[in-house]
Amino acid sequence: MTDAATIDAGADTRRTGRYLYVASVVLLCAWVIVPIYFLLINTLSSPETVNSFPKPFLPEFDLASLTFFANFAGMLTALKNSIIVAALTMIMSIAVGAPAGYALSRFDFRGKELFRLLILLTRAFPLPLLALPLAVMFIRTGLDDTAFGLALVHTTLAIPFAVLITYSLFSGIPLELEEAAWTLGCTRFTAFTKVVLPLILPGITASAIFAFVISWNEVFAAAVLTIENRTLTAFLLQNLDTSPLHLKFAGGFILVVPALIFIFAVRKYLFAMWGIANR
Amino acid sequence: MAEIQIKNVAKTFGTYQALQDINLTIQDQEFMVLLGASGCGKTTLLRIIAGLETATTGEVWIGGRRVDHLAPKDRGIAMVFQNYAVFPHLTVFENIGFGLRMQKLPNDQVKERVERTATLMHIEQLLQRYSGELSGGQRQRVAVARALAMEPDVILMDEPLSNLDALLRLEMRAELKGVLADSKTTTIYVTHDQVEAMSLADRISVMHQGRIIQAASPIEVYRNPAAEFVAGFIGNPPMNFLKAVAVEDGQWKVAGQVIDGPHTDATRLHYAVRPEDLRPADKGLDAIVRIVEPLGAHLLVTCEVDGTMFRAVLDSDLAVKSKDSLTLAPQPDRVRWFDPQSTLAVS
Repeated sequence: MTDAATIDAGADTRRTGRYLYVASVVLLCAWVIVPIYFLLINTLSSPETVNSFPKPFLPEFDLASLTFFANFAGMLTALKNSIIVAALTMIMSIAVGAPAGYALSRFDFRGKELFRLLILLTRAFPLPLLALPLAVMFIRTGLDDTAFGLALVHTTLAIPFAVLITYSLFSGIPLELEEAAWTLGCTRFTAFTKVVLPLILPGITASAIFAFVISWNEVFAAAVLTIENRTLTAFLLQNLDTSPLHLKFAGGFILVVPALIFIFAVRKYLFAMWGIANR
Repeated sequence: MAEIQIKNVAKTFGTYQALQDINLTIQDQEFMVLLGASGCGKTTLLRIIAGLETATTGEVWIGGRRVDHLAPKDRGIAMVFQNYAVFPHLTVFENIGFGLRMQKLPNDQVKERVERTATLMHIEQLLQRYSGELSGGQRQRVAVARALAMEPDVILMDEPLSNLDALLRLEMRAELKGVLADSKTTTIYVTHDQVEAMSLADRISVMHQGRIIQAASPIEVYRNPAAEFVAGFIGNPPMNFLKAVAVEDGQWKVAGQVIDGPHTDATRLHYAVRPEDLRPADKGLDAIVRIVEPLGAHLLVTCEVDGTMFRAVLDSDLAVKSKDSLTLAPQPDRVRWFDPQSTLAVS
């Protein structure tokens, strides 16, 4: 009798737990999806619908706002700039961050702990604080208003993550694998390319994507450091300020979609970064 | 042909002296086991031979060639690691063929050698699998096959069986012995397991605190330990020690009995005898039984002799129980003597 009661109570607790779990999942998904969905609806609606209330739950597939943007002068250039800057950031932050991560994980050197701390500290300075001196410096060196200059700033933002992510990736690969490769005829370099690199490639890709997204979303430095060669974020920030509401929605949508597509395309590597499927 | 010579090798990590004054010659095709407790420096010595660690001083020669300045890949060695180190991103085939591909051998030769060594290690049906799909024992086989496929002059093994369960370890031990004997390579094998050492080795080097205490055949190490440490380390249970005091030249008093012993100037020695060399007798060492452990084949009797713990392995038919008095006689030719000052054997 009491046994049955205990089992019932146990089943009850489990069921409550399940409800709680499902509810949390739904809530979290809604948190992310609902704003994006509204963005989508409003983007695909005619200007009148956007300004009216209540909102419809199904889009009208009115492409006027999007067409307007596609034909908007400078829009495609800004998109191209964004991609160039993000790609440059991606390459540079991995080129600098991955070797640093390898060194942190494999070698002992003086000031290693301090170095790790300093890497994180680079995130301690707010970008607005750095942007103005940087702008002055960039103008002096002629780096202002170039994709490369902006990519440099974005790389600084992305490097801490690149270093720490690759550091943990390299640390997750037993040194014995490298040593085995050395005894089997590899140099330090070939052991790296033939054994370590294939194993960490998913993680490297994930941290590259992370750098890409950081650059893609960054607006402050982009707005301060570029004038002619604006990236998409800076371009939209500048132009949407004074635009009507439906254009703001369309602009937001244009900003979100490429990042979404990109992350969706490489989602399995993101899982690798979070350690869900490293092997 | 690969004789290995280690000359005056020492290794320090910071202020810690991991290895000192190591001199060892390993004959061509010999199976040498480095045996010692963890932290005795045996793995460090192996890694110095492999080139994964640099000696602070000293020289390493393999096959008449000085190699201590060479990279691991140029030393003609292959190594089997404790955690197997099977590459997870390659199939078993590519793992075994890894070293051959590095040597840029043509495909058909790689295939031929991989298949031959895989058959030797009984993993020919696993060639297309990845290491994640293998059991520990299978991974171990891949690691050994990968080393053998290189056809190296020297195979170095770092506790290769320690991660396997007991039954598998027994099976792999016998198999390794056969395969390595057939391959005619010189082998250096590191282990802390004395049974493994005894069963595999042509010669055992017993290491302690960064030094080689004794390098001799298994039976020699067992019968004639060169130092008290070896006597206490080899054998399960280890040798028994009793205090001996000189009575007159060649006569020693041990546990109240006066017996014949070595002729030396020392006034005190340690008398040592293996538990399995003791028999109950009318005349001998008086013992009080403390613990009796039946082990099936034998009876392990822990007693007290002269206030010291003393073990005997006796016939399992013997009827003894705790607190019994027992007289134990050693086989006279099996008694050993050690100098307590130097801890070395005295004859």
